[in-house]
Amino acid sequence: MFALPIYLAMHIPDGYLSLSVSLVTGIVAIALIALSLSRVQSEYKERTVPLMGVSAAFIFAAQMVNFPIIGGTSGHLLGGTLAGILLGPWAGSLVMSVVFIVQSVMFQDGGLTALGANITIMGLIGTFGGYYLYQLLRTLIGRNTWLGMSIGTAIASWTSVVVAAALCALILALSDTVPLVVGLTAMLSWHFMIGIGEALITLAVINFIWNTRPELIYIAPNQDSAQVTINQDDE
Amino acid sequence: MMNKNRIFLFIGLAIALSIAAFLSPFASKNPDGLDRVAQDLKFEEKVATEPPAKQLPFSQIFDEYSIKVIPKDNEKLATALAGVTGTLVVFGLAWAIGKLTVRNSEPKE
Repeated sequence: MFALPIYLAMHIPDGYLSLSVSLVTGIVAIALIALSLSRVQSEYKERTVPLMGVSAAFIFAAQMVNFPIIGGTSGHLLGGTLAGILLGPWAGSLVMSVVFIVQSVMFQDGGLTALGANITIMGLIGTFGGYYLYQLLRTLIGRNTWLGMSIGTAIASWTSVVVAAALCALILALSDTVPLVVGLTAMLSWHFMIGIGEALITLAVINFIWNTRPELIYIAPNQDSAQVTINQDDE
Repeated sequence: MMNKNRIFLFIGLAIALSIAAFLSPFASKNPDGLDRVAQDLKFEEKVATEPPAKQLPFSQIFDEYSIKVIPKDNEKLATALAGVTGTLVVFGLAWAIGKLTVRNSEPKE
């Protein structure tokens, strides 16, 4: 190794993405953030606000803790699916965006030119894709059952990591950084395993909340719809 | 907000801060999935050596997840302090964005 410093940044850095990929992913992120802002404004209530702060804090802190997998590689939580399950896709997306913006602006983790890609791939794939997959599985298996919640949570969070890895390989290929097939094979082989960590952490957190303050979960058990949960007034 | 929920949220924040303070300094130093792939497939040299974030004033204080005023031989403390700072910043920002966004004008029933 040359005199390179130990490179500890964890997200897509500046230099990996082409200008057009940076722009397109940036536009996607901005559009979905704008949509999320408007939906949070029209649908959410005051009671969600503190949970947004705590979720952001937890996901930021947990992302710092790389866990070792096999072969001298590590992984860390993405947290998008966790944020989506807890807060719903709209507030969840705002929380994930805050986390990635602070990481890149304050801590040089993830390039500023790759910010849109990092938000989209590691955040919004979870808050939208992960959330809707979880919702589907939970509805199919039993929306008020622990089994439905846990299978939905585990499969959705694992899938969100694998899909994120595949999309990352795709945009790296579109940027002429690495050919698609080799990049995809390498990314998927590690992230199949990293996804298991994501599923375990997400399930542990959601299970804890399910058992202690289930009404905080966006689709709370034993209620007619998510809307009821948000509309609940303080009793 | 019910009082029990307030306690729960306080505990949640305490857990997040504890992770940042006590677990993040012991995080695995192995490359993560993307870094490992970049090394194996030899595209890590494409990384920008002078990223724009290094031009921001924050880079005077933080060198990635490490606070610069702490001497180099106390890397774990530097990481813990950076982690706690970042955790509090995202907590405050996400709360503020929620507060500013959520429409709170409906009358209580």
